Amino acid sequence: MIAFETLHAAPPALTAHAPLLMVVAPLIAACAAALAPSARVSWMISVTGSVFAAWMALAVAGEVARRGVVDYVIGGFAPPLGIALHIDGLGVMVALLVSSAGVMASLYSGHSLTTEVGAEKHTLVQSGFLLCQTGLLGLVATGDAFNAFVFLEVSSIGTYALVAIGEKRDRRALPAAFNYLIMGTIGATFYVIGIGFLYAATGTLNMADMAARLATLDDSSVVQAGFAFVVVGLGIKAAMFPLHGWLPGAYSYAPSLISIFLAATATKTSIYLMARFVFDVFPYGAAFGQAFVTWVLAPLAATGAIVCSLQAVFEKEIRRILAFSSVAQVGFILLGLSLATVGGASAGLFYLGAHALIKITLFMALGGVALSLGARRLGEFAGVAREAPWSATAFAIGAASLAGVPLTLGFLAKWRLIEAALQAGAIWVVVVLAIASLLTFLYVGRMLEAIFFRAAPAGAPRAREAPVGVLAPLWVLAGLNIWFGLDASLPEQLANSAARALLGAAP
Amino acid sequence: MTVDRLLDLAATINPGFYLIIAALPAAVARDAFTRAVALIGGPVLGLLAMLYPPVSGADVSRQLFLGFELSLYRSDSLSLIFGLGFVLAAVLGGIYSMHRRDRLQDAAGLVYAGAALGAIFAGDLITLVLFAELATLASALVVFAARTGPAYRAGLRFLTIQIIAGLLLTAGAALYGVEKGTFLIAELGGLWNGLIVGIIDPTSAGGMLILAGVGIKAAFPLVHNWLTDAYPNTTETGAVVLSPYTTTMAVYLLARFFAGYDPLIWIGAAMTIYPVFFAVMENDLRKVLAYSTNNQIGFMVCAVGIGSTLSINGAAAHAVAHIVFKGLLFMAMGAIQLRLGTTKASELGGLHRTMPWTALACLVGAASISALPFFAGYTSKTMIMTAAESGPGMFVVWLMLLFASAGVLEHSGIKIPFMAFFSHDSGKRPEEAPYNMLLAMGLSAGLCLIIGLYPGWFYQLLPFRDQAQEFLVQDLFSLSHILQQLQLLTFAVLAFMVLWWFGLYPPEKPGVILDVEWIWRKGAPMLGRALSKPARAGGRFVSVLTSSAIGGIQKASRQVFAADGLVSRKLPLSATAILALCILGVVMLFSMFR
Repeated sequence: MIAFETLHAAPPALTAHAPLLMVVAPLIAACAAALAPSARVSWMISVTGSVFAAWMALAVAGEVARRGVVDYVIGGFAPPLGIALHIDGLGVMVALLVSSAGVMASLYSGHSLTTEVGAEKHTLVQSGFLLCQTGLLGLVATGDAFNAFVFLEVSSIGTYALVAIGEKRDRRALPAAFNYLIMGTIGATFYVIGIGFLYAATGTLNMADMAARLATLDDSSVVQAGFAFVVVGLGIKAAMFPLHGWLPGAYSYAPSLISIFLAATATKTSIYLMARFVFDVFPYGAAFGQAFVTWVLAPLAATGAIVCSLQAVFEKEIRRILAFSSVAQVGFILLGLSLATVGGASAGLFYLGAHALIKITLFMALGGVALSLGARRLGEFAGVAREAPWSATAFAIGAASLAGVPLTLGFLAKWRLIEAALQAGAIWVVVVLAIASLLTFLYVGRMLEAIFFRAAPAGAPRAREAPVGVLAPLWVLAGLNIWFGLDASLPEQLANSAARALLGAAP
Repeated sequence: MTVDRLLDLAATINPGFYLIIAALPAAVARDAFTRAVALIGGPVLGLLAMLYPPVSGADVSRQLFLGFELSLYRSDSLSLIFGLGFVLAAVLGGIYSMHRRDRLQDAAGLVYAGAALGAIFAGDLITLVLFAELATLASALVVFAARTGPAYRAGLRFLTIQIIAGLLLTAGAALYGVEKGTFLIAELGGLWNGLIVGIIDPTSAGGMLILAGVGIKAAFPLVHNWLTDAYPNTTETGAVVLSPYTTTMAVYLLARFFAGYDPLIWIGAAMTIYPVFFAVMENDLRKVLAYSTNNQIGFMVCAVGIGSTLSINGAAAHAVAHIVFKGLLFMAMGAIQLRLGTTKASELGGLHRTMPWTALACLVGAASISALPFFAGYTSKTMIMTAAESGPGMFVVWLMLLFASAGVLEHSGIKIPFMAFFSHDSGKRPEEAPYNMLLAMGLSAGLCLIIGLYPGWFYQLLPFRDQAQEFLVQDLFSLSHILQQLQLLTFAVLAFMVLWWFGLYPPEKPGVILDVEWIWRKGAPMLGRALSKPARAGGRFVSVLTSSAIGGIQKASRQVFAADGLVSRKLPLSATAILALCILGVVMLFSMFR
C-alpha cells in the first residue's frame, strides 16, 4: 500500500508552504469563483481549487509521516504571539478527508447545480462551497484556538447561505437554514466564551502553549468553566445528541452538493476539534476531563446512537433517514473516542473516516437519481433500480457498508470499534453497538427494499440514470467502500497515527 | 515506470478476481460485443495475471484481516497447472455459450470459474473457504439458469449437498487452523520435493472434516449424486460451464492437503469402477458423461492417494486433459441438445449426416478419453497407470484401473459417439451446430491433439517438472504402453461389436436409473411430509405469540419515534438552546463538584 513516509507529492518548494497553500487555495478560488463570468467557469475554478487543496494535503501527509508534526509559522511571527499552523497525524487524516470530499463534491456539482439552483446563483454557490472548504481545512490546520473559531465561522457562514439556497426546490430549506444559523451561532458563541475563559487563565491562544500551561492549572474553576463551554459549543457543532436539532433539516433540504459535502465533513471537523481539546489541549487525566468523558460524552453518545437509529427506522423521507443515521453514527464515533484508549481512539477515528466515505457515497447516489426524479419520500423511490441501475447499485454498496456487511469498509469499522470496546472492557458499549447496528440493518433494509424490490406505481415520474459526470466519482467512492473493506491498510495507517498523535502521552 | 508499478500491482491480485469482476459487465451487457469482451476478456486477464507472478511458490499478497494473517494469492507449480486448466475452460466455455443470450448464466458462470480459480490460488484456509462457498452459490445459479422444473429441483438438491460440503470444509478449516495456530498453507506443512503437498493430517478432527467436505465435492462414492443429478438437467451450455470446476478443484485440494493418504487409493479405485455399470446402462448421454466424469475423477483421486511425484504429475495432467476432453464431449452433446432438445440415446442416431463437424469433434473427444495414443488422455493417464503399476502391492489397484479403462472405452469412447451419430438412423436431420459452438469444439479438439502429439510443452507445466521430463523421455511412448492401450482398445471394440450384433448390449431404453439418489428424490420428501404436520402446528403457535408481541412493540415505538412521534416532533429552537444550557450545567457540575 501507499507508504506515506516515501510520498513526495509536490516539489520541495511547494511542500514547504503546503500547510498554508492547502488552506489558502480554496480561499483564492472562492474569490475567483465569485467573479467568474459563467457557471461553467466557476465550476472549473471550484474543481481546480479543490484538487489543488487535496494535492497540498497529500504533500503535508508525506511531511507529517516523516517528521511527526508539521509546524508552519505565518508571516514570520513566532508561535506564542503569531499565528501558527500545526498539523499532526490526526490533522492529516481529517485534512485528507475534507479535501478529498471537496474534490468529489466539486466534480459532482457540475451536473447537480444546473437542476437544483437558479443559473444566476451558480458562481455564488461555488464560491460559498469553496469558502466552506477553506474554513474546514483551516480549522484542521491551525494551531491557534481563536483562529480555529474564525475558521469555524468561515465554514459555517458559507454553509448557512448554501443550505438556504435549497429553497428553490423545497421551501423548508429556509427555516432549516435559520435553525442552523441560530444553533450554529450559539455553538460558536459558547466556544468563543470558553476560549475567553481559557485566555484569561493562561494568557495564550496557541493550543500547544495553552496545553503546556493548563497542565499546572488543574484546579482552577476558570479553566473548568472554559472547558465546559468549549465542549458544549463544539458538541452543538458536532451534532452530539441531543443538540443535533439543526442537522436533519440542514442535510435534507440543502442542494445535494451541500448535503454531500456537509455529510462527509462538517460534523467530522467539529469532532476533530472536540477530541483535540478533550484529549490534547486539556491535560487528559485531569479529573474534570475524565468525568466529562465517562459521565456525559459516553452516555449521550450511546443514547444518540440508539434513539436516532430508531428515528431513522420510522422516518419516511429518504434524506432525513440518512441525516438521522448521521447523528447516530456520530454517536458511534464519540463512543469510540470515549473509551479513551489508543485502540478506542483509533477505532473511533477509523469509523469517522469510514462514515464520511459511506455517507458521501449514499448522498451522491441519492442526489444523482433525485436530480431527475425530484423525489424525497421513500415511496417515490420505488423501483428506481430499474431505471437507474448504476446509481442504485452504488447506493446499495454504500448502504451495505453503512449496515456493516462483511467485506465492506463499514464492517471493518464496526469490527474495530467492538474490538476496541472489548479490549477496554466496556461490555455495555458492545451491547449498544450491537443494538444500534441491528437498527441500522432495519432502516437500510427499508431503503433497499423500496429502491430495488418495490414496483414503481403506475403513472409515477420515471427516474433517469445519472450522467457520467456523476457516476464516475460515485463509482470511485463505491469502489473504495469495497476496496478498503478488503484491504484497509491505508485508512488503518491513518487512523492509527492519528490516534497516536491524539493520545500518545495519555495512558 | 508507473505502468510497471501498476502491472506489478495487478499481478499481485488473485487471478480469480478478474473473472469475478468480469461477471459484472456480463450481468448487465445488452449487446453481443460487451458480452463477448466480458466472457473472453475476463479469463484472458486472469491468464495474464497468472503467468506474470512476481514470485512463484510464495505468498504474493499477504493481508492482515481481523487479526488473521491471510494470503489472498499464492502461486506454485501445482496451482498453476490447475489454474491454466480453469482459464482454458472458461475461455472455451465462453466461446461455446456465445450464441445463448442468458445474462444470468453468463455472470454466474464467470463468478463460478473465478471463484474456483481463486480457491486454487488461495494461500490460506480462510480465503480458500470463502472462494469455495462463492463457487458453490454461483454453480447452483448455473443449474437454476435452465429455468425448468426438473432443473429447479435438481438445483435445490445440488445446493443442499454442496452447502453441507461447504459447511464441513468450513468447520474443518476452522478447527484445523486454530489447532495449528496458523491458517497459512505455507506454514501448515513443509516442502516435499520442492512443493507443499499433503500438508493436512487426515486423522485429526479438523482434517477429517476437511476430507469429508472435499470428498463430497470430488463426488466420492455414495455422495456422488449431486454430479449425475445436476449436470444432465442444465441448459445445453450449462454442463460445459459446470463440468470443469467443482470436481477438479476437489482433486487439487486433495493433492494439496492429502497427497499420499493411502485410503484415497482405494476410494479412487472404487470410484473408477462402479460408475461404469451405470454409464453403460444409462440412456441419457449427458448423464453417461456425468458418470464418466465421476469415473475419471476416480483415476485422479487414486493417483493422489498413491502420492509419488509421478502419480501427482499424472493427477494434475489428467485433471487438465480431462477438463479439455470432457468439455469437448459435453459440447458435442450440448450441440445435440440445442438442435433436438434431448440427448436420450433412444431418440438419437445417424446424426453424422447433418452434423459432420460435431461428430468429428465428438470422435476426437472420445479418442482422447479412451486414452488412444497421440490423444490427450494417453499423455496423462499413462502416468497414472505407470504409477499404479510400479507401486508394491498395487496389483489389485492396477487391475481395477485397467478394468475401469476398458469401461471408459466402452461407455464414453464407443457408446457416446456411436449412439448419437451412427447406430441406427433415427431419421432426424438437425442443422449443424452454430459457428461459435463449432469454434469452441474445434479449439478443444485441437488442444486434445496438441497435448497428445506434443506432450513436451504440456509436461513442462506439471508440478514436478524434472520427473515429468524424465517420464516423457523414457516411458511415455514405450512399446509396452502403446501396445497395452491398443490391445485394450481392440478388445473393447470387439466386445462392443459382439454384444451389439447379438443384441446383448443394454438397449437404449427411456427411463431413469436410480442409485443412491433415491434417498434424495423420494426419501427426503417423504420424511419432510411426515414431519411437516406437527412442526406446522408448533410453528403456528410460536408465530402467533411473537407476532402479537412484536406488533405491540412496533406500535409503541412508532408513537415515540415516528416523524410526528414524541422524540421527532419538531423542537422549537429555544428547546435546543435550553438543552444546550442544561448540558453545560451538567458538565460544569461534574467539573467543579466531582
